[in-house]
Amino acid sequence: MNTSPIHHATNGVDAHLAPDLLVRMHELMLQTRLLEERLITMIRQGDGYFWIGGPGEEAFNVPLGLLVNKGEGLSHDYLHLHYRSSGTLLALGAEPIDSLRQMKSVKTDPYSGGRNFVGHYSARKWNVVPISSPIEVQFSMAPGTAIAQKRAGGRGITIVQGGDAGTAEGDFATCLIWASRPGNELPLLMIVTNNSYGISTTYGTQHGEPRISDRGKAFGIKTATIDGNDPEVSYRELQKAMEYVRTERRPFLLEAHVSRLYGHSSSSGANFVEDEVDGLARFEARLVERRILSRATLDDMRTRMTAELLAAYQKVREEAPPDPSSIWDHVFATKNVNDGGAR
Amino acid sequence: MATMVQAIRMALHVGEERLGVTDILGEDVGPPLGGVFTATQGLRTAWNTPLDERGIIGAAMGLALAGQRPIAEIQFCDYVYNTIDLLKLAGGMCWSSNGDFNCPMVMMTPVGSGIHGSLYHSHSFDATATHLPGWKIVMPATPRDAYGLMLSAIVDPNPVMFLAPKALMRVKSLPGEEIPGEPGDDKQLAKMIDAPLGDRSAWRPSWPDTPDLFIPFGEAKIVRAGETVTVVTYGRMVMECAKAADELRAEGITAEVIDLRSLHPVDWATIKKSVQKTNRVLYVNEETEVTNFGEHLIRRTVDELFYELHAPPRLLAGAFVPYVGLAPSLESASVPQRAGIVQAIRELAKHRP
Ligand SMILES: Cc1ncc(C[n+]2csc(CCOP(=O)(O)OP(=O)(O)O)c2C)c(N)n1
Repeated sequence: MNTSPIHHATNGVDAHLAPDLLVRMHELMLQTRLLEERLITMIRQGDGYFWIGGPGEEAFNVPLGLLVNKGEGLSHDYLHLHYRSSGTLLALGAEPIDSLRQMKSVKTDPYSGGRNFVGHYSARKWNVVPISSPIEVQFSMAPGTAIAQKRAGGRGITIVQGGDAGTAEGDFATCLIWASRPGNELPLLMIVTNNSYGISTTYGTQHGEPRISDRGKAFGIKTATIDGNDPEVSYRELQKAMEYVRTERRPFLLEAHVSRLYGHSSSSGANFVEDEVDGLARFEARLVERRILSRATLDDMRTRMTAELLAAYQKVREEAPPDPSSIWDHVFATKNVNDGGAR
Repeated sequence: MATMVQAIRMALHVGEERLGVTDILGEDVGPPLGGVFTATQGLRTAWNTPLDERGIIGAAMGLALAGQRPIAEIQFCDYVYNTIDLLKLAGGMCWSSNGDFNCPMVMMTPVGSGIHGSLYHSHSFDATATHLPGWKIVMPATPRDAYGLMLSAIVDPNPVMFLAPKALMRVKSLPGEEIPGEPGDDKQLAKMIDAPLGDRSAWRPSWPDTPDLFIPFGEAKIVRAGETVTVVTYGRMVMECAKAADELRAEGITAEVIDLRSLHPVDWATIKKSVQKTNRVLYVNEETEVTNFGEHLIRRTVDELFYELHAPPRLLAGAFVPYVGLAPSLESASVPQRAGIVQAIRELAKHRP
């Protein structure tokens, strides 16, 4: 539950986003939720060893993925994400079946070849650098891609995202410092998706700062704290923050309050939590009320996507595990792929 | 004749002018200082970072992921320990992404004792470093090797650790081991590439024209040929072992001294061939002895060469105590000294099964 004060930072304009965009956001949010639920079902059925993901963060992560300037190389955005980023990946264009593959640890898992937990994406074609389990390390790496982008000029930015508890790690301070070196400010959007928990430890018992975003202020970093359970707020605020980072080539720290709808991970049972805001349900009610989508359409979508995910699951179930000898693959690279294989 | 630190500097210059190095980053590596050992003076791409080792390694990783060619310096390896999980991630970047990304960066750091460095300027790092799969790890013992190994490190598509023995930074090349193109006169080289004392703001180096002399990884160098005992070492201990071998010649003991130069990959073929000839082997390094890289080599020796050994393989390494103490009596009791090396070789030579 979010108890911290939430500031609805808006630019004063209260116009709704275009209906097409709302429909697209909703479709991706629903797809993300159903994907996570399918993954949870898989873990219950013994079709995987561990589940962690982002149900409850769709209203923030989907707009994020839609707003990214996606592609490979410095003129596109770099993404240093964490293990709750399925919504962002689906919005970038990832196929849901590939997450099932990672869950099932099959050879065809395009993100790690059956090596890593689900939600640990790597997608060089979209500058999504490998997601790893250690909390907050992405905040130490993000300045590196941002330095390269600052030097290259253009409009490409670096986006780094993590949870609230992780901000206690030194890497978060590293990121604030490196992003704001005088004369070398970085085009770096720092995002904290605050679900007000670590695993079980609540934010309020460990942090004296009322808002995480306030920590940016000492460094002259622009900040905002928003309701990340509202996709329209998320979209607008992300758009503003990104535009600032793109054009000013300076950092921005955005804190988004989000929900954690199935607990921390499969280790804590992955059961639905009743007392947190469900951004998807709230958004659907709003779309119906505004007559953008009907209940019948919503039901049809849900039925269709559920069937698609079931079919995908049935396919993945038949796919082969990685070959034992593949442990020796990619210990070392034979060429540099990060610069397009130029050297 | 260049010193090792000058050799490193010349290699970095070649790196940034011809091999694509984009960033040489670390604490005090940029102007005005150019590194606490002067390794980065006068380099175009050297810049000062915040005093934040995790930030330095993390930024280098990010730069590498973004197609750049960074060289990150950790001022002393004694301060690298809070970056180990990042080093682990860098070494595992290619594997964890199943080849989607690689992480071409160089981490260079001064290692070892021998400069009266007290508790926190005497550490070695090779034992911990060699526990990190995915890294290539080199440790030169001469200026020429430092130059050539650095060039190879720069062009490698993987993360490479360049461990430079602190005590050898100011040691000059021996005749015959010059870097091609370096001026023969030390004073002339110093004038060309060492920053002057005092105000350096207007100073620019004048680089000698040195070639792309790549020294491949995984090729050890036989520093002394011999028949009686094989001595396998690297870094600061190479010179000590060579001198020990020279001393023992008078006794009719000829030690074959092998300088590994790179630990990952390691030139096992050269070790094996030598041990098959001498049937006796001593491993020497200054790291603490428990879970030491030499222990790994002993295990391999036992696995593959057991029936060819005429004496138990030995390891001479640092005492397994928390630090190297400052008083010379403490330091010499903590890390291998020449007399101990001589003694160990002699014992191996005389051992009868
Ligand atoms: C460095 C590190 N320490 C501990 C863990 C174990 N761990 C995994 S998730 C987690 C809580 C993270 O909380 P937060 O940063 O708020 O992110 P959230 O999972 O809530 O999104 C912990 C302690 C870890 N993965 N990495």
